[in-house]
Amino acid sequence: MHPGILSNPLFRTILARLGSGFVTLFVVSLIIFAAIAVLPGDFAKKTLGRAATPETVANFQKALGLDQPAIQRYAIWIGGAVTGDLGLSFSSGSGTPRTVTGIIGPRLENTLFLAGITALFAVPIALTLGIVAAIRRNSWLDKALNAATLASISFPEFFVAYVLMLLLAVKIPVFYSLARITPDMGAVEIFQRIALPVLTLSFGIIAHMMRMTRAAIIGLLAHPYIEMAKLKGVPPWRIVLRHALPNAWAPIAAVVAFNLAYLIVGVVVVEVVFVYPGIGQAMVDAVRTRDIPVVQGCALIFAASYILLNLLADIIAIATNPRLAHPR
Amino acid sequence: MQDKKDFPQQAGLPPATRRQFIGGVGALVLGASLLPVGMRAAHAAPKQGGSVRFAINDGAQTDSLDPATWQSSFTQVVFGGTLCNALTELAADGTATPDLAESFSASDDLKVWTFKLRQNLQFHDGKPVTANDVIESFRHHMGPSSSSAAKALVEGIADIKDGGDDTIVFTLTGGNADFPYLVSDCHLVVLPAKDGGGLDWARGVATGPYIIEDSQPGVSVRMKRNPNYHKPGQPYFDTVEFVNIIDVAARTNALLTGEIDYMVDADIKTLKLLERNAEIEISKVSGLRHFSFSMNTSVAPFDNPDVRMAIKYAIDREDIVNKAFLGNAKVANDNPVAPQIAFAVNPEPVHSYDIEKAKEHLAKAGLTSLTLDLSVAETAFPNAIDAALLFKEHAAKAGIEINVIREADDGYWDNVWQHKPFVGVDWLGKPTCDSLFTTTYASNAPWNDTAWKNARFDELLVLGRAEPDTAKRQAIYAEMQQLLHDDGGALVIAYALFIDAMSKKIGHGPIGNMLQCDNFRMAERWWLA
Repeated sequence: MHPGILSNPLFRTILARLGSGFVTLFVVSLIIFAAIAVLPGDFAKKTLGRAATPETVANFQKALGLDQPAIQRYAIWIGGAVTGDLGLSFSSGSGTPRTVTGIIGPRLENTLFLAGITALFAVPIALTLGIVAAIRRNSWLDKALNAATLASISFPEFFVAYVLMLLLAVKIPVFYSLARITPDMGAVEIFQRIALPVLTLSFGIIAHMMRMTRAAIIGLLAHPYIEMAKLKGVPPWRIVLRHALPNAWAPIAAVVAFNLAYLIVGVVVVEVVFVYPGIGQAMVDAVRTRDIPVVQGCALIFAASYILLNLLADIIAIATNPRLAHPR
Repeated sequence: MQDKKDFPQQAGLPPATRRQFIGGVGALVLGASLLPVGMRAAHAAPKQGGSVRFAINDGAQTDSLDPATWQSSFTQVVFGGTLCNALTELAADGTATPDLAESFSASDDLKVWTFKLRQNLQFHDGKPVTANDVIESFRHHMGPSSSSAAKALVEGIADIKDGGDDTIVFTLTGGNADFPYLVSDCHLVVLPAKDGGGLDWARGVATGPYIIEDSQPGVSVRMKRNPNYHKPGQPYFDTVEFVNIIDVAARTNALLTGEIDYMVDADIKTLKLLERNAEIEISKVSGLRHFSFSMNTSVAPFDNPDVRMAIKYAIDREDIVNKAFLGNAKVANDNPVAPQIAFAVNPEPVHSYDIEKAKEHLAKAGLTSLTLDLSVAETAFPNAIDAALLFKEHAAKAGIEINVIREADDGYWDNVWQHKPFVGVDWLGKPTCDSLFTTTYASNAPWNDTAWKNARFDELLVLGRAEPDTAKRQAIYAEMQQLLHDDGGALVIAYALFIDAMSKKIGHGPIGNMLQCDNFRMAERWWLA
């Protein structure tokens, strides 16, 4: 490796953050495993139903390795997870292994698709509205945007979802109330089907990101160098875009990362309401049927998404503000 | 079967509590307005064609085609009832009739059962169905290492043999008159055997009315008509799709927007609104499912029969049905045998809310007051907590103080049921007296949650199972129900209704009143009107 890279403070900081990310993930994996181990209820009994006899339960537990001590089970699980093998689902029958990755994979793809479309739609709108609100601070537009976003944050997601469904699927049937998408659908139908979940999710996250953008820029506008720019006669939009925004990226990246992570891990309610086959629903299913390997796999993926996206936000923050790379 | 008069919804009338039914003119008017619709659907001739989408509420991405794992109604309806057939099936009237079997017969002691397969039966891939396929299908659930959900059902089978000439001979460990019912269970469907032994369930190839086209576990299963189906004329739809929608509001919206044509388990809280929609038919069918408060008769104070009797008289079941279930259940009389089961009786005296009698029985037990803990959770049965709180109010008037303990939903069936002395229980029911008593009320029954031990009952159970004479069986089962009613620890509150909503485009005959979704076979029996 080129010696210059290691001495690069930005690179070193990223490496350190990556390391601490792994440590966090390891601790989280311990917590996930421990938390699931103390869940009330016997997994074999839940899976086999109330009709199971004690003998059936014992056979089942043995087949799944549930009769082994917890430490051993954890070691097997985490050892596999490091190599990308999350183990077998409890629903595997004799001779038909079903891997956790095989079950979660398509669901994760669906979730990333929905999250991606929502982000493409919501992030530019949120940033634009935030900047506009900051430039036109205390104008009627700013006040209207503030009121609207405050309202949309305050409504619970399922309420927004049902109102949108009532308006746009039942009363004015332009979109579908079910967001089931299949591979044979055309782009237009896919768009119509996911429109309502995207809108629902956008309501919550646009408000959050917009308010943060506005606050970050307004905070910077009080700085002396902005005052200087103003005195030089720089037009307000240019002050914001050229002078304030570059220094505001750190907090904006943080809130965008937070919301993107939420789009991956927190959309269970939206998935349930619109019957969208995403990973959140997969986890709810798995908890309901006590399919522990799938629950653990989902939880690990959720933790990894949070850690990874926060890491990205940190890197953006460091890249746009080199002072952060030299901690005192 | 004699208590049909207590169940007006079976004749197409709306559900009504007895009081409303007798006194309420409004109920009759509503009934009259609903009746022609039901009759039109029931009398129109079935016709072929069209596609339909059914929404079921408990699919999961871990659903498997392995019949040993079918626990949810999604797998039982879609795979058990639509993809596959068993040797017999439950007809809409609750009798076990031949399905893949053309006929069946038993030896005089009811120990050896011979089933003859229909001619020219074939699987979806064109292979003929043989006796060996049937034998492997049963063996799949048997044996000491089986973890099948149907293991307990097949425990009484000592041996299965190929009798030659497309017959299968079952030898049982003891006589069992209900064996044809037992083999109608959706787990015991016939699937192709593997060469060299074992069951080939993974390909999803079976004998049923529909063939799987596309299956996304936990999302939907799309199926097309089986052109070589063994029942002439059936099935009627060209394609059916089963969609998994867990959220009841999402299910209702999907029905209202025409994305689905049928939904299982309509929300009783918004049923009145749904009933107003002219395009939608609500089907209410009383099933085997029932709700009870189980008293453990081996611990004080429930070990005293008079205390149990006092408690049975201290509950106002009609009030609970009206308030906790919003009228969507039928009052039960401490008899777990639902009225549509063969040999069901309604034991006398009918246990109604009677404070005087409750006090009388308390006095007989040497008590003037009584304090009890009642453990419930929302999973105990729907609205169990409300029911328990109402019961607390009722019982207080008879000097019985009930502490309602709200338990956690998680682990309720592992840590509370069969552990605490007085608990709420949701029973899915069994189609015969024998299977119900054997699994739940016999002294050594695996789910004998009342710990009730009655020598006479156990003796009758064995007699009834092996008794070929129907009149004698009727007498035996009547006595057993009377014993349970008078002495047992199960306070059976009400029988549940299956409440489903569907588009009026769907035509159907009488809907089966044993299991959900027309005894699981709606895809085969219904059509587009």
